[in-house]
Amino acid sequence: MSSSNEESITFEYGDWEPVIGLEVHAQLLTESKLFCGCSASFGAGANAHTCPVCMGMPGVLPVLNRRALEYAIKTALATGCEIPPRARWARKNYFYPDLPKGYQISMYEEPLAVGGGVDIDTPDGLKRVTLTRIHMEEDAGKSIHDAHDEHSLVDLNRAGVPLMEIVSEPEIGSPVEASAYLRSLRAVLQFLAVCDGNMEEGSMRCDANVSVRRRGTTKLGTRTEIKNMNSFRNVERAIDFEIRRQIDVIETGGTIVQETRLWDADRGVTASMRSKEHAHDYRYFPEPDLQPLIVDRAWIEELRRGLPELPRQRCARFVTEYQLPQYDAEVLTARRDLAEYFEAAVAQHRNPKAISNWVMGDILRLVRERKLDDALVIEDWPVRPQALAALIALIDDETISGKIAKTVFDEMVASGDEPAVIVERKGLKQVTDTGAITAAIDDVLERHPDKVAEFRGGKDKLLGFFVGQIMKATGGKANPQAVNDILRAKLAG
Amino acid sequence: MPVSLKDVDHIALLARLGLTDGERAALRDDLESILGYIGKLETLDTTGIEATAHVIDLETPLRDDVVRNPEDADAMVGNAPDRDRTYLRVPKIIE
Amino acid sequence: MIRNGPRLRPGAGSSGRASSRKTSMNLSDPASFTIATARSALDRRELSATELTRAVLDRVARIEPTLHALLAVTESRALADAAAADARLGRGESGALLGIPVVLKDIFATRGIPTTCASRILEGFVPPYDSDAAERLARAGSVLIGKANLDEFAMGSSNENSAYGITRNPWDPERVPGGSSGGSAAAVAAGECLASLGTDTGGSIRLPASYCGLVGLKPTYGRVSRYGVIAYASSLDQVGPFAWTVADVAAVLGVIAGHDPRDSTSVPRPVPDYGAALTGDVRGLRIGIPREYFADGIAPDVERATRDAIGVLEGSGARIVEIGLPHTEYAIATYYLVATAEASSNLARYDGVRFGLRRASAGDSLVDMYRHTRDAGFGAEVKRRILLGTYALSAGYYDAYYLKALQVRTLIRRDFLQAFEHCDVIAAPTAPTTAFRLGEKVSDPLAMYLSDIFTTSVNLAGLPGLSVPCGFDRDGLPIGLQLIAPAFAEETALRVGDAYQRATQWHLRRPAESTGNAPGTTA
Repeated sequence: MSSSNEESITFEYGDWEPVIGLEVHAQLLTESKLFCGCSASFGAGANAHTCPVCMGMPGVLPVLNRRALEYAIKTALATGCEIPPRARWARKNYFYPDLPKGYQISMYEEPLAVGGGVDIDTPDGLKRVTLTRIHMEEDAGKSIHDAHDEHSLVDLNRAGVPLMEIVSEPEIGSPVEASAYLRSLRAVLQFLAVCDGNMEEGSMRCDANVSVRRRGTTKLGTRTEIKNMNSFRNVERAIDFEIRRQIDVIETGGTIVQETRLWDADRGVTASMRSKEHAHDYRYFPEPDLQPLIVDRAWIEELRRGLPELPRQRCARFVTEYQLPQYDAEVLTARRDLAEYFEAAVAQHRNPKAISNWVMGDILRLVRERKLDDALVIEDWPVRPQALAALIALIDDETISGKIAKTVFDEMVASGDEPAVIVERKGLKQVTDTGAITAAIDDVLERHPDKVAEFRGGKDKLLGFFVGQIMKATGGKANPQAVNDILRAKLAG
Repeated sequence: MPVSLKDVDHIALLARLGLTDGERAALRDDLESILGYIGKLETLDTTGIEATAHVIDLETPLRDDVVRNPEDADAMVGNAPDRDRTYLRVPKIIE
Repeated sequence: MIRNGPRLRPGAGSSGRASSRKTSMNLSDPASFTIATARSALDRRELSATELTRAVLDRVARIEPTLHALLAVTESRALADAAAADARLGRGESGALLGIPVVLKDIFATRGIPTTCASRILEGFVPPYDSDAAERLARAGSVLIGKANLDEFAMGSSNENSAYGITRNPWDPERVPGGSSGGSAAAVAAGECLASLGTDTGGSIRLPASYCGLVGLKPTYGRVSRYGVIAYASSLDQVGPFAWTVADVAAVLGVIAGHDPRDSTSVPRPVPDYGAALTGDVRGLRIGIPREYFADGIAPDVERATRDAIGVLEGSGARIVEIGLPHTEYAIATYYLVATAEASSNLARYDGVRFGLRRASAGDSLVDMYRHTRDAGFGAEVKRRILLGTYALSAGYYDAYYLKALQVRTLIRRDFLQAFEHCDVIAAPTAPTTAFRLGEKVSDPLAMYLSDIFTTSVNLAGLPGLSVPCGFDRDGLPIGLQLIAPAFAEETALRVGDAYQRATQWHLRRPAESTGNAPGTTA
């Protein structure tokens, strides 16, 4: 999206062409875990949200959460995927203390959905990145390594939390495209309200498969898998580093080893994971405890009919319905919360462009400062959309000036009061009484006879000086248009 | 089907089984004999035969998304051989 | 009306129905009771649940030191259960298992009661949950006497793979009771309870039932919940009862069967009145005899007894048809690939982190801890099967072994579907021999595996299989007749088995320890 392009570095790799595929793990916004009734929320004491099932105790069995399935299907439909008649759960076997059963219930040969794609904007226009697959799986627990020298601690509250893995084809051509893909995908997930898309907190995680090849060739190079990138910015930096590292290795006569590398954001490098674990052999096989997943087609169609408006549709509608510039529409629809905020404000006061300017400016700044990103609950934002609309209405009916409005806005943030109350309390109402304005103008002109003469002698620029003096005298409350009109008449006279 | 000690070591590591030298050799012989017997499956032509992983025809049952935390969460870690408060404690995990 | 079939077998007595010469129920010999006879005595208040329970506990105290069928005796729980049952009986309540002493294989999780699966690796594990079957038995008012010994993680055919010592066969203490539910079978046969539950993955109920002269049923996959049943091979495991008579087994099945929302492979299908299926009438029923089950390797006495039993059923009006199950010879190989592959994954959770045994020395890495724990915690057979299963699933071997086995599983399943187009139930021997001697097959895993040659196909196809006593061999050891029915047609197998018991008296014999007579003598 344009907004991200502005923040991004330009990446150039000369004769080399990067080939990138992304695997996104999105945590589904369910109340309970994927296969048991334990709470999926964070923040409880260690192992407080566990039961025999997510503890992997002997003999207990998984039962699928309907809502998790519903959310994954919605995502598949929103990205244009095909949902095959049958999906199959599979066990991915490996030993790790945060994996209670010694296997993860996932999908392998028969995923929930295939095909589909995510649209991104590139300098060359719209590009659709094809999705290989979407499947569901359970999350692992959390290991804490730094509490002791000799031991690690394990908390299984997260074990069994539902995840959706969205895998793209290796069709992403640059770090910028990678972050554009993630933003676009995140917007879809947020619009569907299936995932909050918070990368910093790990509810949306991304691994990248990166390789490079000479421009003009078609054979894929050996790829590495990059993990541990917890922001859009880090995704760009990590992939950029890895591309340059691979080019350097090849150009100095080396070969790329297929491996997993961890991004170290502090040092700005990727490093090979030299695990003590030996080469993985996950020994996938069909999960005998869960029947093949045959999703009711009527339910799929019902969910399809109930899909909300998606970011790209909403963007197009903002342009036609509100006559917003394409840029504004893209920024506002990059996040569900912003789009909802905007529309809630417009519903109250129909001045879309003014509201758009305020939302993209002061509101977005405020949201970022206060880290309200991704909360998806605009009701909790310090200035509610109705209040912003009321503020803009006060400008539009000339009760206050645009300049005074900034002051009122700051006071709204601080006190939470309605703009009209603040204007009243602080006496910020705009002066439109021509008598009072005329008196102020006369006073200023009387005190600066020399400047009046200069103006009349042709020094037009002095108009600004007079306006400034008059506004100062009225405490900024004089209606600028009225000041302008009367002043010009007086000076002409 | 010959099975080498190296094969035994590899799968024992995958399965996280520690084996003594005596066990390794005995298990190698057992595996070789069992796999020899199992080799009779090779004589069957199964081209195009579907795999049966589940024997009953049943749709996946679905559970409502309702939180039901266990009444006694402490009991969930009560069986752990080593703990630190309610955390499970294991030898240091080295990445 | 109760219909008695013609009695053709020389072993059949003068009266069809369970009673005749050995009837008087005798509290000093709990094995003299069936659920049915105890039920009527309890309901008529001629006997209290507490009296019955005390009699059973006395028996346990006397013979456990030599028999070792139980890993735990839950005496105080049993007396409390009995008192509760007496209170309900006193209020005029009744119920199939109200006040009936039962034993659970120690593979069923029991809340607050140690559950070991006969493995060192579960030493000290006390589940904070009950298995569905344990819950249903408790709700029905049965009396829990204890947890039965088994082959570690249900892997074995002789009960010699228990980490806590072998169980002896009540009919001959030098013989195995069969496995893996050997403790559950021995407990009933020795009068330590009136019924018990086991699990059957490749024959683990039917084989010990056959070796111990009992009725044992492996229901259709999905009929009884697996929730809380420690998994060996999840796509094959199924829970089922042991008792002296088909009628008793039907009564227990009626209690434990039914849908459980906690088991995604549990089938939401109404539970029929199994007792009502026991009409005694098998006239016109088509009984299929698979020619592959009477091949080389079957002991002559076993073949004779099985053929005689088929003759009894024919005499009762059933039609005998010869059928083919052509892929039978591949069943053991297929079973050992499917079962061990699943087991290698199911047993990964025993890692010394959340419960059970941990073995680690100072300075051990995580991988060392895993390997030391699992080395110390698992017995030889469990390790063997984990290795085989890991191998079958590992990169490069999956297609040749595991996938191939799933394909052959399809062929075996089709064999049965085709056979059931020509017959209503299949009759065959349960096992090729009677109970073998302790230690006889311990050093030859493959020979041990072949004990299950007639039972594993049924698990691979998910079908119900019933083993009914059908005679004794020249050493006085029991022989079992296996009746295999289509999926969810337990009623058919039970009806045939019950009709057979009405026509014969094999199920009235009791082993010497319980009767005071020499092994194999008729009581």
